[in-house]
Amino acid sequence: MEKLFEDFSLGLFVWQAVLFIALILLLRKFAWKPILDSVNDREEGIKNALDSAEKAKLEMENLQADNQKLIKEARAEREAMLKEAREIKNKMIEDAKDEAKETANKLIAQAQESIETEKKAAISELKSQVANLSIDIAEKVVREELSNKDKQVKLVESMLGEATLN
Amino acid sequence: MRRKISLKPITLLLFIVTFVTYSQEEHGHADSGSDKKSEVKAYIQHHLKDSYDFNLFSWTTDSGEEKHFGFSLPVILWDGGLKVFSSSKFHHGETVAEVDGNYYKNYHGKIYKTDAEGTINYDAEHHATNEKPLDFSITKNVTMIMMVFAIMFFMFSRMAKSYKKNNGMPKGMGRFLEPIVLYVRDEIAKPNIGEKYYKRYMSYLLTVFFFVWIVNLFGLTPIGMNVTNNIAVTLCLALITYIITTFSGNKNYWKHIFWMPGVPVPMKIILAPIELLGTIIKPFALMIRLYANITAGHVVLMSIIGMVFLFQNWLGSGLSFMLAFVLAILELLVAALQAYIFTVLSALYFGMAVEEHDHH
Repeated sequence: MEKLFEDFSLGLFVWQAVLFIALILLLRKFAWKPILDSVNDREEGIKNALDSAEKAKLEMENLQADNQKLIKEARAEREAMLKEAREIKNKMIEDAKDEAKETANKLIAQAQESIETEKKAAISELKSQVANLSIDIAEKVVREELSNKDKQVKLVESMLGEATLN
Repeated sequence: MRRKISLKPITLLLFIVTFVTYSQEEHGHADSGSDKKSEVKAYIQHHLKDSYDFNLFSWTTDSGEEKHFGFSLPVILWDGGLKVFSSSKFHHGETVAEVDGNYYKNYHGKIYKTDAEGTINYDAEHHATNEKPLDFSITKNVTMIMMVFAIMFFMFSRMAKSYKKNNGMPKGMGRFLEPIVLYVRDEIAKPNIGEKYYKRYMSYLLTVFFFVWIVNLFGLTPIGMNVTNNIAVTLCLALITYIITTFSGNKNYWKHIFWMPGVPVPMKIILAPIELLGTIIKPFALMIRLYANITAGHVVLMSIIGMVFLFQNWLGSGLSFMLAFVLAILELLVAALQAYIFTVLSALYFGMAVEEHDHH
């Protein structure tokens, strides 16, 4: 211990103190601060880059998930549309059939009706012609009758024979 | 033509041409063992001491004349006025230096004021009683500190510039230094001080880490003087840690010292002086740990290198050399380890000072 005190040199202590404190201050200004700042900046830059990469990755994943969802939705929609279309088609066919049937029925009914009307008209015309004919015949018969009794009879007979032929 | 090679060049040569020095010693004449032992001891003690000139190596010629290779450093004294002169005036402690009518003598590594003849007066325990002027000389240690100052400033300011030039990436030396800087930040400062406050202490922690490490490494080179085996240097470092800790202590820190929460009142009274003493013991331990580790490492390493010359045979010297080699590698580890420990403990104390105790 005594030797320690004896070895102690005040001059060296003062020099060391002055030089060392000067060294700390100088290095702080010219070395440590710029070095640590640059390292910090670099580390922050790397961290930010990694963060944004991570974020981009997440976004990509989200996008992909979105895409998947969209595809799924589209598929579902297509299915739905196809189904609907099929239903519509069937319904249309069904409707068309119904309508066609109805129209056909109507047409048939109309046709029948018109046939009936035509028939009636034909019958009535026939009737009126028969009547006219009968009147003509009667007129001729009457005229014949008026001139020749035999001839009148003959005419009536031939007329009648004609009429039955008709 | 035989040269008595002294230990200092040996430490130098050990790193370059070990076997040359070996063979030279092999031919050494039969020196008595105790003579060599005391010489080795003296050299180790001399090596651990600060000196007024930067002596790289010295030798004794055939005629017994001591030759020194190195350069002188300025001596700065305060003795009723500033006295600056070159240490060459001491002639390695052999002569008295005369400055402005005052006489100074370098006696056992300390400067004493003497008369013209350089008389040293002793007390009963053979301690010099001459007046000692205030000594602010640029000694070998101060030169080393200045060198490390220059090297660190050069290295790290260049590293800082390379970031700017290179778009936030280090270049050259910075590539090597950056992981260490980051290690200090992420493994020493952040865990011990906490994410919130660590930034304030980074300058000190980084500076002290690199300073102690580089200084320790220089101590292991043959040219270098080990700065950290001076108690004045480690005291200065520990004192800075103590001052920073004390000034950054928050309310909780002082409360834990003077009025420890969660213990009965009599215990609080007993604990207060113990805790207060603890705040001083902690940096004191820092000071002693660094000083003792480096000094002990050097003493052991140099002793084992010294054994190479005591054995004087191939087997013993060879083994000593191997041991010295292994120890030198261990010392490389110790150099970094002590820097790490000093920094970690400083960070730990700062952490204690700024810690927030929410759980009490």
